[in-house]
Amino acid sequence: MAYFSDAMPAPHPNYDDRDFWSGCAEKRLQFQACTECGTARHPPTPVCPRCRSFKVMWRQAAGSAEVYTHTTIHHASHESVKPNLPYVVSVVTFPDVPGVRLVTNITDVDPKQVHIGMPVQLWWDAIGEGMYIPRFKPTSN
Amino acid sequence: MASEQSAYIAGVGQTEFKRHGGIMDRSQFQVAAEAILAALADAGMTPDEVDGFASFSNDANEAALMQVALGVPQMRWSSMVWGGGGGGSCAAIAQAAAAVQAGHAQTVVVYRGLCQGQTRRFGRFGDGRTHGNFVHPYGLFAPAQMLALLVRRHMHLNPQVREEHLGMVAVNARVNANRNPQAVMYGKPMTIDDYFNSRYIAEPLRLFDCCLETDGGCAIVVTTAARARDARKTPVRILASGHGSGPGWGSGPLGSQNMPEADYNTTNSRRIARELFAAAGVTPADIDVAQIYDHFSGMVLMALEEYGFCDVGGSGDFVAQGNIAWKTGKLPINTSGGQLSEAYVHGMNVAIEGVRQLRGESTSQVDDARLCLVTGGLGVSPTSAMIIGRD
Repeated sequence: MAYFSDAMPAPHPNYDDRDFWSGCAEKRLQFQACTECGTARHPPTPVCPRCRSFKVMWRQAAGSAEVYTHTTIHHASHESVKPNLPYVVSVVTFPDVPGVRLVTNITDVDPKQVHIGMPVQLWWDAIGEGMYIPRFKPTSN
Repeated sequence: MASEQSAYIAGVGQTEFKRHGGIMDRSQFQVAAEAILAALADAGMTPDEVDGFASFSNDANEAALMQVALGVPQMRWSSMVWGGGGGGSCAAIAQAAAAVQAGHAQTVVVYRGLCQGQTRRFGRFGDGRTHGNFVHPYGLFAPAQMLALLVRRHMHLNPQVREEHLGMVAVNARVNANRNPQAVMYGKPMTIDDYFNSRYIAEPLRLFDCCLETDGGCAIVVTTAARARDARKTPVRILASGHGSGPGWGSGPLGSQNMPEADYNTTNSRRIARELFAAAGVTPADIDVAQIYDHFSGMVLMALEEYGFCDVGGSGDFVAQGNIAWKTGKLPINTSGGQLSEAYVHGMNVAIEGVRQLRGESTSQVDDARLCLVTGGLGVSPTSAMIIGRD
């Protein structure tokens, strides 16, 4: 069963981000990086902002991340999340892919325990139609 | 810049302000047109003199149609600033000023009409959001949730800024609104206890940390120094104005999250603040009153720091010491009640309040106010601001 209900908005891949989502569909969390200078970036964008190359490669994150910031959401701004209140949205960073930040959820935790710097680990949430969404939970000791 | 070369604000106008969905008896377009006519009447001008139109935030009230509706004989210039929400409020005024100064137009009306019952509520999920793919599947839907991420990190890095300080910003706005009969929250007092008893929306932001959602229209008339001096009201000079963004912001807290590390917990205003004060030839200490875009109380605290009214991390103490309070504080802010308690018309109503202060027309009038800072929406790209003054 998916973390959120079936009514939750799903990603609609577009030209620029479809390779990110095709990675997710195969449970690979991969970020765009520049073939020329190696700088990683997210969300996907066609040009390297550092060296202006259009050549891209994809760098896979192993799945360990750290909470950069977070908020516990108590108000449903969309009907689909009502059963999940309160839930935690976080921005996380990756030691193995410096330079990118990912918006995600921290699950399987008391929201009061979430803090900046908290180590978290990736899990894949099957939302149906062959798509998986990267979410995180506290790293188990 | 010599005052003769400056652009001036000659008129301001607004409609009634209602809770979102509160204006259903006429169209959003009509509300915008009414605000424009009110602003022109305030200036003692007619649409025959208007030759330019400016707006922002994907305004649906198209200038080409407004020209026809108002019977404007010649349109020489029109512009709309990129970006949603209120980031572009002062940017649209800045563009109008630039057009007037360049001679592309003589008199530009800057306007915003907003009837959220007829379109959509800005405080809710919006399909088609830029980088929506990277926020919606996680339940990050609304600006309050998105900007809470910045406020949280700022308070983490500066633990001396606490939730009680967020509450002080909210209460300050409500106290001011209760002197302003036009405010949506007029007659609805709020104490700090009420604040702490209000529910969290997205921690650390509570309900009363979040701006209203309003229906209403606002307009501002920008014209030349010579014409403004012949207008009906005290001319208000635009000493400096501008918009823009630091590197890497993109959709920033609303999606991409890729602003530089040093910029993450900011309002994206460092460069604008520095250049604005330099262009105006004044310092933060010279500012008599400020209208700081208060979509969320925490962003106001961060802006007080970034615009140099206090040190980074010092905003909590700054408000606790009473500095933002009318009329004893050294920098009364959001004197109409701001967007937390007067109305949320994407920053145009707080720009109008800035003009009222310099004319001596505010319901929370700062004695002999001569210089006012106004900001557009904070923590987004582009953001914008202006320093306006009385000659």
